[in-house]
Amino acid sequence: MTTMILWVIAYLIFAPLVGGILAGLDRIVSARMQGRVGPPLLQPFYDVLKLMEKEPLTVNKVQDFYVMCFLIFIVITGGFFFAGGDLLLVIFSLTLASVFLIVAAFSSNSPYAQVGAERELLQIMAYEPMVLMTAVGFYMFTGSFRVSDILTFGQMPLLYLIGIFIGYLFILTIKFRKSPFDLSMSHHAHQELVKGLTTEFSGKTLAMIEVAHWYENIFLLGFVFLFFVNGTPLSIAIGVVVCLAAYFLEVLIDNSYARMKWQFTLKSSWVIAITAGFINLVVLRFMF
Amino acid sequence: MSYVTKSPWVIHYDGSSCNGCDIEVLACLTPMYDVERFGIINTGNPKHADVFLVTGAINEQNKAVVQQIYDQMPEPKVVVAIGICATSGGIFKECYNIMGGTDTVIPVDVYVPGCAARPEAIIDGVVKGLGVLAEKKAAMGKKPAEPAPAAEEAATETEMKEEA
Repeated sequence: MTTMILWVIAYLIFAPLVGGILAGLDRIVSARMQGRVGPPLLQPFYDVLKLMEKEPLTVNKVQDFYVMCFLIFIVITGGFFFAGGDLLLVIFSLTLASVFLIVAAFSSNSPYAQVGAERELLQIMAYEPMVLMTAVGFYMFTGSFRVSDILTFGQMPLLYLIGIFIGYLFILTIKFRKSPFDLSMSHHAHQELVKGLTTEFSGKTLAMIEVAHWYENIFLLGFVFLFFVNGTPLSIAIGVVVCLAAYFLEVLIDNSYARMKWQFTLKSSWVIAITAGFINLVVLRFMF
Repeated sequence: MSYVTKSPWVIHYDGSSCNGCDIEVLACLTPMYDVERFGIINTGNPKHADVFLVTGAINEQNKAVVQQIYDQMPEPKVVVAIGICATSGGIFKECYNIMGGTDTVIPVDVYVPGCAARPEAIIDGVVKGLGVLAEKKAAMGKKPAEPAPAAEEAATETEMKEEA
């Protein structure tokens, strides 16, 4: 119980720090890939602190409330995950958080924000089947949805869930908001006429979205970690290294592709979910 | 310590520019000059921007657009007029549809003359703008919303009396 509380507190404190540093590394690595020097490592923190200093400017009051709910539910989702809670609960509260962000964008009545919100809905349609299959895959392998049980199961899930791992890596691109699937909101100006989902958010509201994004990235990488852990210290080291490698892979993909249309996003992620994910589940069904 | 100088996000608007200055503005973002070293990001959204780069003279059709972009930017904000056309109207000054430089519509903080303004000059102008941005931020922090104008008025009144 106490270790659980400690994990949650550690998550609350360190996730934004690690997430922010990862975002800084992302920007430096991206810049190097483009032959530039790039910003300082702490640039994402400067950005957020600057946004906190800006004049509050909102279209309506509910918008800030919804964005606040988005941040809170993202933090709660990560809290469930790091407390060793139920994977299904994690996925459902993650979806709820995304819905709050979409409602916030819709509430502004701006056409750009609404296009972004519609695209975000499409992205949820694209990645949700695979995320659910990830949880089901862990259940079929270990017999439990609880993260704490999966961590101490004793066998490395990757060997049996390789298809699901590939599918999860694929939708991770959507969740990290990386090209070619950064339809609803991109970190790069060249992809975007206006800022998609976040068009009508500025100042503190935008800072909250950015911080939520850091929290989100950390527990999404936590899912990657789950595939590699089997209770031994060596597996933990492998897990961390693979998390970093997965993040680097996403940055590499981000820099080597232009944005695709939503049709491709939906089709390709469902094809991957059905081929890699579903077949993996069927095989597991006959193995156990 | 103000973080606004560490992450100035710019928005770029082409008034009635010949595109010479626009290309130089975009050249600042290329690997050659790489303004992201200073945390400068080019955004397409006035609500996210701190620095407003205007190129080209202001004409009757786009003055409302420039005004609106300026109004949508949250404080503290800085306007940098890039190129001689944005500074004063340049060779188009006498045209029937041209109002003149950017400062005929919105207050301008930094002028970067040149035809076209070189990327080095533009970066220099934006960095000068950061100084103005820091001052504006400091002024924002000091003044509480209400009593400030009254105090200012009193001060100017006393000054005027003293002068008289």
